[in-house]
Amino acid sequence: MDFGFSTIETRVIEFDKFDTKILKYVLQHEKSMLVCMSCGGCTATCSAGNLTDFNVRRMQIMLRRGEIENLQTEINKCMLCGKCMLVCPRGVNLRNVAMLIKKALVNHKDLK
Amino acid sequence: MKNIVIIGGGIAGVETACALAENGNRITIIERDNKLFGKLNNWYCLFPDFKKSKELIEYYQNRLKNYDIEIKLNSTVEKAEKNGEGWYIYTGNVRYAADAVVLATGYELFDATRKEELGYKIYDNVITQADLEQRFKDKNFLTSTGKTPERIAVVHCVGSRDEKCHNMYCSKVCCVTGVKQAIELSKFLPETQILCFYMDLRMYDKFFEELYRQAQTHYNIQFIRGRVSEVSENSDGRLSIKTEDTLSGRPMKMKLDMIVLLAGMETKKNTTEIAKKFGVEQEESGFLKSKDFHIGAGILSEKGVFAAGTCISPMSIKETIENARSSAYQVNEYLKTL
Repeated sequence: MDFGFSTIETRVIEFDKFDTKILKYVLQHEKSMLVCMSCGGCTATCSAGNLTDFNVRRMQIMLRRGEIENLQTEINKCMLCGKCMLVCPRGVNLRNVAMLIKKALVNHKDLK
Repeated sequence: MKNIVIIGGGIAGVETACALAENGNRITIIERDNKLFGKLNNWYCLFPDFKKSKELIEYYQNRLKNYDIEIKLNSTVEKAEKNGEGWYIYTGNVRYAADAVVLATGYELFDATRKEELGYKIYDNVITQADLEQRFKDKNFLTSTGKTPERIAVVHCVGSRDEKCHNMYCSKVCCVTGVKQAIELSKFLPETQILCFYMDLRMYDKFFEELYRQAQTHYNIQFIRGRVSEVSENSDGRLSIKTEDTLSGRPMKMKLDMIVLLAGMETKKNTTEIAKKFGVEQEESGFLKSKDFHIGAGILSEKGVFAAGTCISPMSIKETIENARSSAYQVNEYLKTL
């Protein structure tokens, strides 16, 4: 039924509604992700990020904000080359983070 | 009268010496270099008030005239051994008996060639903040090809907060040094565009935030939040950098004419050597370990051995002076117990 109006989704990041299952899984297996300070060194050097709209730093932020709908398309842009790890000043094993996200997406429903 | 030996004749050593001489102690400063005041000799001006380093040096030169402090230049400590409650210190052919010793051995600038990707000593137009201070003194800002730079980048956190260099700590004074140098550059080169690439701007002390504001309002300095990850040289001799503009979430590249690297502060090798001679503990970072963070700053793990200034942690010149005064107080308190 058309009431002549529609609702729009809120732009607010709703902290209480985050789906943190994948985040928990990744953090459990790759503790180094805890220390990212969002300097962007990884994104600057990322080959995929220079050619596509992939942003390896934002991949982590999306995960932390529970934005997992687009994660599947995003993560497939990563070539797992590991250059991001070479420049990271905090020693985050970003390649492993990417691989863990891939694994977690497959098993998403079984994760707790 | 008590004998005190101070190792290092930079600002920390000289201030500690003056403060302790007030109480009628006999003071000796042992300095490795051929002159006092260490790295201050190389700076053009100081943050946040643009005071000329020269003025501060003159102040201390005049102040030293009030006291009978023995200054031994070109001297290093060869050996230290316990002598009852105090210490014997050997330098050259002389042995000093000291009731208390103050280590004021200072810091070393991070060797920026260790961050090879930033191109220091590979590309001529990549310099450090120390090189820039010399350029301020010489009033020379031309690039290696003799051009006035159109665009200069100031890169923060070089060798600080960086696991790859084994420096986890923040050198803390580089943020404000970068802002000060950006302003100073803009004064000398009003037509030049100046950008600071930072991760966090830690304007922790009085007037630092105001300086940052001034950089925006009066000098049109641009601040880009992103760590520079690569520098390369183009065929025309200009430099290219890669970073992420993290606030818009996209990689950014840029051509420019000169890059100033804000190299962090590290423990000197000779601080470690001297620490070993006295058997005092160091932190994992190499800085000398105080007995207590809050109430025991400058008191080291061996009896009668104290520290002042940047061999304890990175600090500004103002903080070094304050810290030296506080260490002099700790020494005096200790001497009372003898």
